[in-house]
Amino acid sequence: MFQNIGEMVLLLGRTLGALPFIWRQRAKVLEQFYEIGNASLLMICVLSFFLGGVIALQTGPLLAERGLHNAVGGLVGIAMAKEFAPIMMSILIAGRVGSAMAAEIGSMRVYQEIDALRTMNINPIHYLVLPRLVALACALPMLVTFSILVGWLGGAVVASVTGQIDIPIQSFFTNMKSVVEVKDVANGVFKSFCFAWIVGIVSCHQGLITRGGPRGIGRSVTKAVVNSIVLIVMFDYVLTRILLH
Amino acid sequence: MNAPPNAHQGVGVQMRGVRRSFGKQEVLKGIDLEVQAGEIFVLMGPSGSGKSVLLRHVIGLEVPDAGEILVNGESILTPGVMDKFRMAMVFQSGALFNSLTVGENVGLYLSEHQLKSPTEIARIVAEKLAVVGLKGTEEKFPSELSGGMKKRAAIARALVSEPQLILYDEPTSELDPISAVVIGEEIRTLNQRIGVTSLVVSHDRDLAFGIAHRIAVIHEGEILAVGSPDEVRRSHHPVIREFLHADFHREKTSL
Repeated sequence: MFQNIGEMVLLLGRTLGALPFIWRQRAKVLEQFYEIGNASLLMICVLSFFLGGVIALQTGPLLAERGLHNAVGGLVGIAMAKEFAPIMMSILIAGRVGSAMAAEIGSMRVYQEIDALRTMNINPIHYLVLPRLVALACALPMLVTFSILVGWLGGAVVASVTGQIDIPIQSFFTNMKSVVEVKDVANGVFKSFCFAWIVGIVSCHQGLITRGGPRGIGRSVTKAVVNSIVLIVMFDYVLTRILLH
Repeated sequence: MNAPPNAHQGVGVQMRGVRRSFGKQEVLKGIDLEVQAGEIFVLMGPSGSGKSVLLRHVIGLEVPDAGEILVNGESILTPGVMDKFRMAMVFQSGALFNSLTVGENVGLYLSEHQLKSPTEIARIVAEKLAVVGLKGTEEKFPSELSGGMKKRAAIARALVSEPQLILYDEPTSELDPISAVVIGEEIRTLNQRIGVTSLVVSHDRDLAFGIAHRIAVIHEGEILAVGSPDEVRRSHHPVIREFLHADFHREKTSL
Protein backbone atom coordinates (compact mmCIF):
# COMPACT_ATOMS: atom_id res chain seq x y z
CA MET A 1 0.00 0.00 0.00
CA PHE A 2 2.67 2.53 1.09
CA GLN A 3 4.97 1.26 -1.66
CA ASN A 4 2.17 1.96 -4.15
CA ILE A 5 1.68 5.47 -2.81
CA GLY A 6 5.42 6.10 -3.07
CA GLU A 7 5.47 4.79 -6.63
CA MET A 8 2.49 6.95 -7.57
CA VAL A 9 4.13 10.07 -6.15
CA LEU A 10 7.28 9.18 -8.08
CA LEU A 11 5.26 8.64 -11.26
CA LEU A 12 3.55 12.00 -10.75
CA GLY A 13 6.93 13.68 -10.26
CA ARG A 14 8.37 12.08 -13.38
CA THR A 15 5.30 12.99 -15.41
CA LEU A 16 5.50 16.60 -14.26
CA GLY A 17 9.19 16.53 -15.10
CA ALA A 18 8.30 15.35 -18.60
CA LEU A 19 5.88 18.26 -19.19
CA PRO A 20 8.45 20.25 -21.25
CA PHE A 21 8.26 17.43 -23.83
CA ILE A 22 4.49 17.70 -24.20
CA TRP A 23 4.65 19.47 -27.57
CA ARG A 24 6.23 16.36 -29.08
CA GLN A 25 3.27 14.33 -27.89
CA ARG A 26 0.61 16.79 -29.04
CA ALA A 27 -0.93 14.37 -31.53
CA LYS A 28 -1.41 11.76 -28.83
CA VAL A 29 -2.80 14.35 -26.40
CA LEU A 30 -5.40 15.38 -28.97
CA GLU A 31 -6.25 11.76 -29.68
CA GLN A 32 -6.76 11.05 -25.97
CA PHE A 33 -8.64 14.31 -25.52
CA TYR A 34 -11.03 13.31 -28.26
CA GLU A 35 -11.43 9.84 -26.76
CA ILE A 36 -12.19 11.20 -23.30
CA GLY A 37 -14.39 14.11 -24.35
CA ASN A 38 -16.30 12.82 -27.31
CA ALA A 39 -17.13 9.42 -25.88
CA SER A 40 -18.18 10.79 -22.48
CA LEU A 41 -20.19 13.81 -23.53
CA LEU A 42 -23.58 12.20 -24.07
CA MET A 43 -23.28 10.09 -20.93
CA ILE A 44 -22.36 13.17 -18.90
CA CYS A 45 -25.21 15.12 -20.41
CA VAL A 46 -27.81 12.51 -19.40
CA LEU A 47 -26.29 11.91 -15.97
CA SER A 48 -26.01 15.62 -15.14
CA PHE A 49 -29.55 16.44 -16.29
CA PHE A 50 -31.04 13.80 -14.02
CA LEU A 51 -28.64 14.63 -11.19
CA GLY A 52 -29.76 18.26 -11.21
CA GLY A 53 -33.36 17.08 -11.50
CA VAL A 54 -33.17 14.72 -8.57
CA ILE A 55 -31.58 17.35 -6.31
CA ALA A 56 -34.48 19.66 -7.14
CA LEU A 57 -36.97 16.83 -6.58
CA GLN A 58 -35.54 15.84 -3.21
CA THR A 59 -35.09 19.33 -1.78
CA GLY A 60 -37.79 21.33 -3.57
CA PRO A 61 -40.89 19.96 -1.77
CA LEU A 62 -39.19 20.27 1.65
CA LEU A 63 -38.25 23.86 0.94
CA ALA A 64 -41.69 24.59 -0.49
CA GLU A 65 -43.37 23.26 2.70
CA ARG A 66 -41.40 25.87 4.64
CA GLY A 67 -42.18 28.61 2.15
CA LEU A 68 -38.64 28.57 0.76
CA HIS A 69 -39.43 27.12 -2.64
CA ASN A 70 -37.58 29.97 -4.36
CA ALA A 71 -34.36 28.83 -2.68
CA VAL A 72 -34.29 25.59 -4.69
CA GLY A 73 -32.47 27.36 -7.55
CA GLY A 74 -29.59 28.39 -5.32
CA LEU A 75 -29.45 24.99 -3.67
CA VAL A 76 -29.28 23.09 -6.93
CA GLY A 77 -26.79 25.62 -8.25
CA ILE A 78 -24.41 25.30 -5.30
CA ALA A 79 -24.76 21.51 -4.99
CA MET A 80 -24.05 20.91 -8.65
CA ALA A 81 -21.20 23.40 -8.93
CA LYS A 82 -19.34 22.58 -5.75
CA GLU A 83 -19.92 18.86 -5.20
CA PHE A 84 -22.07 16.76 -7.46
CA ALA A 85 -20.63 17.69 -10.84
CA PRO A 86 -16.93 17.36 -9.89
CA ILE A 87 -17.38 14.21 -7.80
CA MET A 88 -19.83 12.37 -10.03
CA MET A 89 -18.08 13.23 -13.28
CA SER A 90 -14.69 12.26 -11.86
CA ILE A 91 -16.08 8.92 -10.69
CA LEU A 92 -17.68 8.43 -14.09
CA ILE A 93 -14.39 9.20 -15.83
CA ALA A 94 -12.51 6.90 -13.43
CA GLY A 95 -14.87 4.10 -14.42
CA ARG A 96 -14.90 4.83 -18.10
CA VAL A 97 -11.51 6.32 -18.96
CA GLY A 98 -9.35 5.24 -16.00
CA SER A 99 -10.30 1.60 -16.46
CA ALA A 100 -9.50 1.80 -20.18
CA MET A 101 -6.12 3.38 -19.40
CA ALA A 102 -5.24 0.70 -16.87
CA ALA A 103 -6.34 -2.05 -19.25
CA GLU A 104 -4.45 -0.66 -22.23
CA ILE A 105 -1.20 0.03 -20.39
CA GLY A 106 -1.57 -3.21 -18.43
CA SER A 107 -1.90 -5.30 -21.56
CA MET A 108 1.07 -3.46 -23.08
CA ARG A 109 3.03 -4.36 -19.98
CA VAL A 110 1.96 -8.02 -20.01
CA TYR A 111 2.64 -8.46 -23.73
CA GLN A 112 6.10 -6.85 -23.48
CA GLU A 113 5.18 -3.77 -25.52
CA ILE A 114 6.53 -1.52 -22.79
CA ASP A 115 9.79 -3.47 -22.80
CA ALA A 116 9.86 -2.98 -26.56
CA LEU A 117 9.48 0.76 -26.05
CA ARG A 118 12.40 0.78 -23.65
CA THR A 119 14.61 -1.15 -26.06
CA MET A 120 13.87 1.57 -28.61
CA ASN A 121 14.98 4.15 -26.07
CA ILE A 122 11.44 5.53 -25.86
CA ASN A 123 10.48 6.58 -22.35
CA PRO A 124 7.12 4.93 -21.46
CA ILE A 125 6.26 7.90 -19.25
CA HIS A 126 6.68 10.33 -22.15
CA TYR A 127 4.94 8.04 -24.60
CA LEU A 128 2.12 6.57 -22.53
CA VAL A 129 1.54 8.45 -19.28
CA LEU A 130 2.15 12.09 -20.17
CA PRO A 131 -0.36 12.41 -23.05
CA ARG A 132 -3.06 10.62 -21.07
CA LEU A 133 -2.60 12.75 -17.97
CA VAL A 134 -2.49 16.04 -19.84
CA ALA A 135 -5.55 15.13 -21.91
CA LEU A 136 -7.41 14.10 -18.76
CA ALA A 137 -6.38 17.25 -16.89
CA CYS A 138 -7.72 19.38 -19.76
CA ALA A 139 -10.83 17.35 -20.56
CA LEU A 140 -12.26 16.69 -17.09
CA PRO A 141 -12.60 20.36 -16.01
CA MET A 142 -14.29 21.10 -19.32
CA LEU A 143 -16.66 18.17 -18.90
CA VAL A 144 -17.42 19.26 -15.35
CA THR A 145 -18.22 22.80 -16.52
CA PHE A 146 -20.58 21.31 -19.08
CA SER A 147 -22.03 19.01 -16.42
CA ILE A 148 -22.73 21.95 -14.09
CA LEU A 149 -24.64 23.79 -16.81
CA VAL A 150 -26.69 20.74 -17.80
CA GLY A 151 -27.35 19.94 -14.13
CA TRP A 152 -28.70 23.41 -13.54
CA LEU A 153 -30.95 23.02 -16.55
CA GLY A 154 -32.16 19.64 -15.26
CA GLY A 155 -32.94 21.16 -11.86
CA ALA A 156 -34.79 24.08 -13.47
CA VAL A 157 -36.92 21.83 -15.68
CA VAL A 158 -37.84 19.48 -12.82
CA ALA A 159 -38.59 22.40 -10.47
CA SER A 160 -40.90 23.93 -13.04
CA VAL A 161 -42.83 20.78 -13.93
CA THR A 162 -43.16 19.34 -10.42
CA GLY A 163 -46.42 20.47 -8.84
CA GLN A 164 -45.06 20.47 -5.27
CA ILE A 165 -42.31 22.94 -6.20
CA ASP A 166 -43.79 24.81 -9.17
CA ILE A 167 -41.22 27.51 -9.84
CA PRO A 168 -40.92 29.03 -13.30
CA ILE A 169 -37.57 28.39 -14.95
CA GLN A 170 -36.81 32.12 -14.95
CA SER A 171 -37.33 32.40 -11.14
CA PHE A 172 -35.17 29.30 -10.62
CA PHE A 173 -32.26 30.94 -12.44
CA THR A 174 -32.86 34.35 -10.82
CA ASN A 175 -32.54 32.75 -7.38
CA MET A 176 -29.51 30.75 -8.52
CA LYS A 177 -27.84 33.91 -9.82
CA SER A 178 -28.24 35.60 -6.44
CA VAL A 179 -26.67 32.64 -4.59
CA VAL A 180 -24.08 31.06 -6.88
CA GLU A 181 -20.90 33.02 -7.48
CA VAL A 182 -18.23 32.50 -10.09
CA LYS A 183 -15.86 31.28 -7.41
CA ASP A 184 -18.26 28.43 -6.55
CA VAL A 185 -18.06 27.16 -10.10
CA ALA A 186 -14.31 27.75 -10.10
CA ASN A 187 -14.01 25.66 -6.91
CA GLY A 188 -15.77 22.74 -8.57
CA VAL A 189 -13.70 23.03 -11.71
CA PHE A 190 -10.49 23.24 -9.70
CA LYS A 191 -11.47 20.12 -7.76
CA SER A 192 -12.08 18.26 -11.00
CA PHE A 193 -8.62 19.32 -12.24
CA CYS A 194 -7.10 17.70 -9.11
CA PHE A 195 -9.27 14.60 -9.51
CA ALA A 196 -8.12 14.26 -13.12
CA TRP A 197 -4.53 13.88 -11.94
CA ILE A 198 -5.63 11.34 -9.33
CA VAL A 199 -7.52 9.23 -11.88
CA GLY A 200 -4.69 9.49 -14.39
CA ILE A 201 -1.87 8.64 -12.01
CA VAL A 202 -3.71 5.80 -10.27
CA SER A 203 -4.81 4.24 -13.57
CA CYS A 204 -1.47 4.57 -15.35
CA HIS A 205 0.38 3.28 -12.28
CA GLN A 206 -1.88 0.24 -12.03
CA GLY A 207 -1.32 -0.42 -15.72
CA LEU A 208 2.44 -0.13 -15.40
CA ILE A 209 2.66 -2.56 -12.48
CA THR A 210 0.38 -5.18 -14.05
CA ARG A 211 1.73 -8.71 -13.82
CA GLY A 212 0.41 -12.00 -15.10
CA GLY A 213 -2.00 -12.55 -17.96
CA PRO A 214 -5.59 -11.48 -18.53
CA ARG A 215 -6.41 -12.05 -14.86
CA GLY A 216 -3.66 -9.60 -13.89
CA ILE A 217 -5.06 -7.04 -16.31
CA GLY A 218 -8.55 -7.49 -14.86
CA ARG A 219 -7.20 -7.06 -11.34
CA SER A 220 -5.38 -3.87 -12.35
CA VAL A 221 -8.53 -2.42 -13.91
CA THR A 222 -10.57 -3.11 -10.78
CA LYS A 223 -7.88 -1.63 -8.54
CA ALA A 224 -7.52 1.42 -10.76
CA VAL A 225 -11.24 2.22 -10.54
CA VAL A 226 -11.67 1.41 -6.84
CA ASN A 227 -8.50 3.24 -5.73
CA SER A 228 -9.38 6.25 -7.88
CA ILE A 229 -12.85 6.51 -6.34
CA VAL A 230 -11.51 6.14 -2.78
CA LEU A 231 -8.85 8.78 -3.37
CA ILE A 232 -11.33 11.13 -5.11
CA VAL A 233 -13.67 11.02 -2.11
CA MET A 234 -10.79 11.46 0.38
CA PHE A 235 -9.24 14.34 -1.54
CA ASP A 236 -12.67 15.91 -1.98
CA TYR A 237 -12.90 16.28 1.78
CA VAL A 238 -9.39 17.75 1.99
CA LEU A 239 -9.96 20.14 -0.91
CA THR A 240 -13.35 21.23 0.45
CA ARG A 241 -11.70 21.99 3.79
CA ILE A 242 -9.00 24.02 2.08
CA LEU A 243 -11.35 25.83 -0.30
CA LEU A 244 -13.75 26.76 2.52
CA HIS A 245 -11.02 28.95 3.90
CA MET B 1 29.10 -20.73 -41.06
CA ASN B 2 32.47 -20.44 -39.41
CA ALA B 3 33.86 -16.91 -39.30
CA PRO B 4 31.72 -13.80 -39.09
CA PRO B 5 31.61 -11.99 -42.46
CA ASN B 6 32.69 -8.56 -41.28
CA ALA B 7 32.58 -6.59 -38.11
CA HIS B 8 32.44 -3.05 -39.38
CA GLN B 9 29.06 -2.30 -37.87
CA GLY B 10 28.59 -4.77 -35.05
CA VAL B 11 29.61 -4.29 -31.44
CA GLY B 12 31.12 -6.80 -29.04
CA VAL B 13 29.40 -7.83 -25.81
CA GLN B 14 31.16 -9.07 -22.70
CA MET B 15 29.36 -10.59 -19.73
CA ARG B 16 31.42 -10.90 -16.58
CA GLY B 17 30.18 -12.83 -13.58
CA VAL B 18 26.53 -11.94 -14.16
CA ARG B 19 24.36 -13.13 -11.30
CA ARG B 20 20.65 -12.65 -10.82
CA SER B 21 18.14 -14.06 -8.38
CA PHE B 22 14.38 -13.72 -8.25
CA GLY B 23 13.43 -14.28 -4.65
CA LYS B 24 15.30 -17.34 -3.45
CA GLN B 25 15.78 -18.72 -6.93
CA GLU B 26 19.16 -17.96 -8.48
CA VAL B 27 18.49 -17.78 -12.22
CA LEU B 28 21.93 -16.67 -13.41
CA LYS B 29 24.88 -18.10 -11.52
CA GLY B 30 27.85 -16.04 -12.62
CA ILE B 31 27.72 -15.96 -16.41
CA ASP B 32 30.96 -15.21 -18.26
CA LEU B 33 30.56 -14.88 -22.02
CA GLU B 34 32.03 -12.88 -24.83
CA VAL B 35 30.18 -12.18 -28.05
CA GLN B 36 32.48 -10.90 -30.75
CA ALA B 37 31.57 -8.01 -33.00
CA GLY B 38 29.80 -9.11 -36.15
CA GLU B 39 29.16 -12.72 -35.20
CA ILE B 40 25.97 -14.71 -34.81
CA PHE B 41 26.13 -16.09 -31.32
CA VAL B 42 23.44 -18.53 -30.26
CA LEU B 43 22.70 -19.10 -26.61
CA MET B 44 21.04 -22.48 -26.47
CA GLY B 45 19.49 -24.37 -23.63
CA PRO B 46 16.32 -25.96 -22.35
CA SER B 47 13.32 -23.91 -21.24
CA GLY B 48 13.82 -22.23 -17.87
CA SER B 49 17.61 -22.26 -18.08
CA GLY B 50 17.93 -18.45 -17.87
CA LYS B 51 18.47 -17.64 -21.56
CA SER B 52 15.82 -14.96 -21.93
CA VAL B 53 16.66 -13.44 -18.54
CA LEU B 54 20.26 -13.06 -19.67
CA LEU B 55 19.10 -11.43 -22.89
CA ARG B 56 17.02 -8.91 -20.95
CA HIS B 57 20.12 -8.03 -18.94
CA VAL B 58 22.14 -7.45 -22.10
CA ILE B 59 19.74 -4.79 -23.34
CA GLY B 60 19.32 -3.19 -19.93
CA LEU B 61 15.77 -4.29 -19.18
CA GLU B 62 17.06 -6.04 -16.04
CA VAL B 63 19.88 -5.12 -13.72
CA PRO B 64 22.18 -7.90 -12.47
CA ASP B 65 22.66 -8.48 -8.74
CA ALA B 66 26.37 -8.88 -9.39
CA GLY B 67 28.71 -8.76 -12.35
CA GLU B 68 28.59 -6.52 -15.36
CA ILE B 69 27.69 -6.45 -19.03
CA LEU B 70 29.91 -4.44 -21.34
CA VAL B 71 29.19 -3.28 -24.86
CA ASN B 72 32.43 -2.45 -26.65
CA GLY B 73 34.02 -2.18 -23.20
CA GLU B 74 31.38 0.16 -21.70
CA SER B 75 28.91 -0.96 -19.05
CA ILE B 76 25.36 -1.18 -20.30
CA LEU B 77 24.23 0.59 -17.12
CA THR B 78 26.37 3.67 -17.80
CA PRO B 79 24.07 6.57 -18.72
CA GLY B 80 24.20 7.29 -22.42
CA VAL B 81 25.43 3.87 -23.53
CA MET B 82 22.01 2.97 -24.90
CA ASP B 83 22.18 6.14 -27.02
CA LYS B 84 25.79 5.56 -28.07
CA PHE B 85 25.35 2.01 -29.36
CA ARG B 86 22.30 1.18 -31.39
CA MET B 87 20.76 -1.99 -30.02
CA ALA B 88 17.49 -3.67 -30.82
CA MET B 89 15.61 -6.67 -29.56
CA VAL B 90 13.18 -9.00 -31.28
CA PHE B 91 10.90 -10.37 -28.59
CA GLN B 92 9.59 -13.90 -28.46
CA SER B 93 6.04 -12.66 -28.96
CA GLY B 94 7.14 -9.99 -31.44
CA ALA B 95 5.80 -7.38 -28.98
CA LEU B 96 4.28 -5.37 -31.81
CA PHE B 97 2.00 -2.57 -30.68
CA ASN B 98 -1.45 -3.93 -31.37
CA SER B 99 -3.07 -0.51 -31.60
CA LEU B 100 -0.63 0.63 -34.31
CA THR B 101 -0.44 -0.50 -37.92
CA VAL B 102 2.56 -2.51 -39.10
CA GLY B 103 3.94 0.61 -40.78
CA GLU B 104 3.55 2.67 -37.61
CA ASN B 105 5.16 -0.12 -35.59
CA VAL B 106 8.17 -0.29 -37.87
CA GLY B 107 8.56 3.48 -38.07
CA LEU B 108 7.98 4.14 -34.37
CA TYR B 109 11.67 4.56 -33.46
CA LEU B 110 12.15 7.19 -36.17
CA SER B 111 8.90 9.04 -35.55
CA GLU B 112 9.22 9.13 -31.76
CA HIS B 113 12.79 10.39 -31.87
CA GLN B 114 11.86 12.73 -34.74
CA LEU B 115 14.85 11.56 -36.74
CA LYS B 116 13.27 11.77 -40.18
CA SER B 117 10.41 13.51 -41.96
CA PRO B 118 7.14 11.56 -42.35
CA THR B 119 7.85 11.02 -46.07
CA GLU B 120 11.33 9.71 -45.33
CA ILE B 121 9.97 7.46 -42.57
CA ALA B 122 7.40 6.00 -44.97
CA ARG B 123 10.18 5.26 -47.47
CA ILE B 124 12.41 3.59 -44.84
CA VAL B 125 9.49 1.56 -43.47
CA ALA B 126 8.66 0.27 -46.95
CA GLU B 127 12.32 -0.57 -47.51
CA LYS B 128 12.71 -2.49 -44.23
CA LEU B 129 9.44 -4.36 -44.75
CA ALA B 130 10.66 -5.37 -48.20
CA VAL B 131 13.91 -6.66 -46.66
CA VAL B 132 11.94 -9.09 -44.48
CA GLY B 133 9.51 -10.00 -47.25
CA LEU B 134 6.53 -8.06 -45.96
CA LYS B 135 6.19 -5.54 -48.76
CA GLY B 136 2.82 -3.78 -48.81
CA THR B 137 1.73 -4.66 -45.28
CA GLU B 138 2.12 -1.13 -43.89
CA GLU B 139 -1.60 -0.57 -43.37
CA LYS B 140 -2.33 -3.91 -41.75
CA PHE B 141 -2.67 -4.35 -38.01
CA PRO B 142 -0.57 -6.95 -36.16
CA SER B 143 -3.71 -8.98 -35.49
CA GLU B 144 -4.05 -9.48 -39.25
CA LEU B 145 -0.61 -11.10 -39.54
CA SER B 146 0.42 -14.71 -39.03
CA GLY B 147 2.94 -15.67 -36.33
CA GLY B 148 5.82 -15.75 -38.80
CA MET B 149 4.83 -12.42 -40.32
CA LYS B 150 4.69 -10.85 -36.86
CA LYS B 151 8.20 -12.05 -36.16
CA ARG B 152 9.41 -10.65 -39.46
CA ALA B 153 7.64 -7.33 -38.79
CA ALA B 154 9.41 -7.25 -35.42
CA ILE B 155 12.73 -7.81 -37.20
CA ALA B 156 11.90 -4.97 -39.60
CA ARG B 157 11.18 -2.75 -36.59
CA ALA B 158 14.52 -3.70 -35.11
CA LEU B 159 16.31 -2.92 -38.39
CA VAL B 160 14.96 0.62 -38.61
CA SER B 161 17.44 1.90 -36.04
CA GLU B 162 20.29 0.37 -38.11
CA PRO B 163 21.40 -1.54 -35.03
CA GLN B 164 24.91 -2.66 -34.18
CA LEU B 165 23.54 -5.42 -32.00
CA ILE B 166 20.30 -7.35 -32.44
CA LEU B 167 19.03 -9.64 -29.72
CA TYR B 168 16.58 -12.34 -30.76
CA ASP B 169 14.52 -14.04 -28.08
CA GLU B 170 13.33 -17.44 -29.34
CA PRO B 171 12.86 -16.20 -32.92
CA THR B 172 11.48 -19.50 -34.20
CA SER B 173 9.21 -20.47 -31.32
CA GLU B 174 5.58 -21.11 -32.30
CA LEU B 175 6.55 -21.21 -35.99
CA ASP B 176 6.14 -24.00 -38.49
CA PRO B 177 9.41 -25.50 -39.83
CA ILE B 178 9.27 -23.53 -43.09
CA SER B 179 8.73 -20.18 -41.36
CA ALA B 180 11.48 -21.08 -38.89
CA VAL B 181 13.90 -21.64 -41.77
CA VAL B 182 12.86 -18.32 -43.34
CA ILE B 183 13.52 -16.47 -40.08
CA GLY B 184 16.88 -18.23 -39.67
CA GLU B 185 17.85 -17.27 -43.21
CA GLU B 186 16.88 -13.69 -42.51
CA ILE B 187 19.06 -13.53 -39.41
CA ARG B 188 21.98 -14.90 -41.42
CA THR B 189 21.38 -12.61 -44.41
CA LEU B 190 21.23 -9.53 -42.20
CA ASN B 191 24.44 -10.54 -40.51
CA GLN B 192 26.17 -11.00 -43.84
CA ARG B 193 24.76 -7.84 -45.35
CA ILE B 194 25.35 -5.31 -42.57
CA GLY B 195 27.72 -7.11 -40.21
CA VAL B 196 25.39 -6.65 -37.26
CA THR B 197 26.22 -8.63 -34.14
CA SER B 198 23.39 -11.09 -33.47
CA LEU B 199 22.80 -12.69 -30.11
CA VAL B 200 20.14 -15.34 -30.52
CA VAL B 201 18.48 -17.15 -27.64
CA SER B 202 16.82 -20.37 -28.67
CA HIS B 203 16.16 -23.97 -27.79
CA ASP B 204 15.79 -24.77 -31.49
CA ARG B 205 18.75 -27.03 -32.32
CA ASP B 206 18.24 -26.77 -36.08
CA LEU B 207 18.31 -22.98 -35.94
CA ALA B 208 21.35 -22.90 -33.65
CA PHE B 209 23.47 -25.25 -35.76
CA GLY B 210 22.16 -23.72 -38.97
CA ILE B 211 23.11 -20.08 -38.40
CA ALA B 212 25.57 -19.76 -35.51
CA HIS B 213 29.21 -18.85 -35.73
CA ARG B 214 29.48 -19.84 -32.10
CA ILE B 215 27.15 -21.47 -29.64
CA ALA B 216 26.95 -21.40 -25.85
CA VAL B 217 24.89 -23.94 -23.94
CA ILE B 218 23.28 -22.73 -20.74
CA HIS B 219 21.68 -24.97 -18.14
CA GLU B 220 20.19 -23.90 -14.80
CA GLY B 221 21.89 -20.52 -14.98
CA GLU B 222 25.36 -21.82 -15.80
CA ILE B 223 27.27 -21.94 -19.06
CA LEU B 224 28.19 -25.54 -19.83
CA ALA B 225 30.06 -25.06 -23.08
CA VAL B 226 31.05 -22.38 -25.58
CA GLY B 227 32.44 -23.02 -29.02
CA SER B 228 31.81 -23.48 -32.70
CA PRO B 229 28.81 -25.60 -33.68
CA ASP B 230 31.13 -28.56 -34.32
CA GLU B 231 32.80 -28.21 -30.95
CA VAL B 232 29.47 -28.09 -29.15
CA ARG B 233 28.21 -31.05 -31.16
CA ARG B 234 31.24 -33.07 -30.08
CA SER B 235 30.83 -32.17 -26.40
CA HIS B 236 30.76 -35.11 -23.98
CA HIS B 237 28.92 -33.20 -21.28
CA PRO B 238 25.94 -35.43 -20.40
CA VAL B 239 23.44 -32.55 -20.20
CA ILE B 240 24.52 -31.20 -23.59
CA ARG B 241 24.37 -34.66 -25.13
CA GLU B 242 20.93 -35.22 -23.71
CA PHE B 243 19.75 -31.83 -24.99
CA LEU B 244 21.22 -32.31 -28.46
CA HIS B 245 20.04 -35.85 -28.94
CA ALA B 246 16.68 -35.83 -27.21
CA ASP B 247 14.32 -37.69 -29.49
CA PHE B 248 10.95 -39.43 -29.24
CA HIS B 249 12.38 -42.64 -30.68
CA ARG B 250 15.66 -42.82 -28.80
CA GLU B 251 16.33 -44.15 -25.35
CA LYS B 252 18.38 -41.80 -23.18
CA THR B 253 20.73 -44.68 -22.40
CA SER B 254 21.58 -45.13 -26.05
CA LEU B 255 23.08 -41.64 -26.20
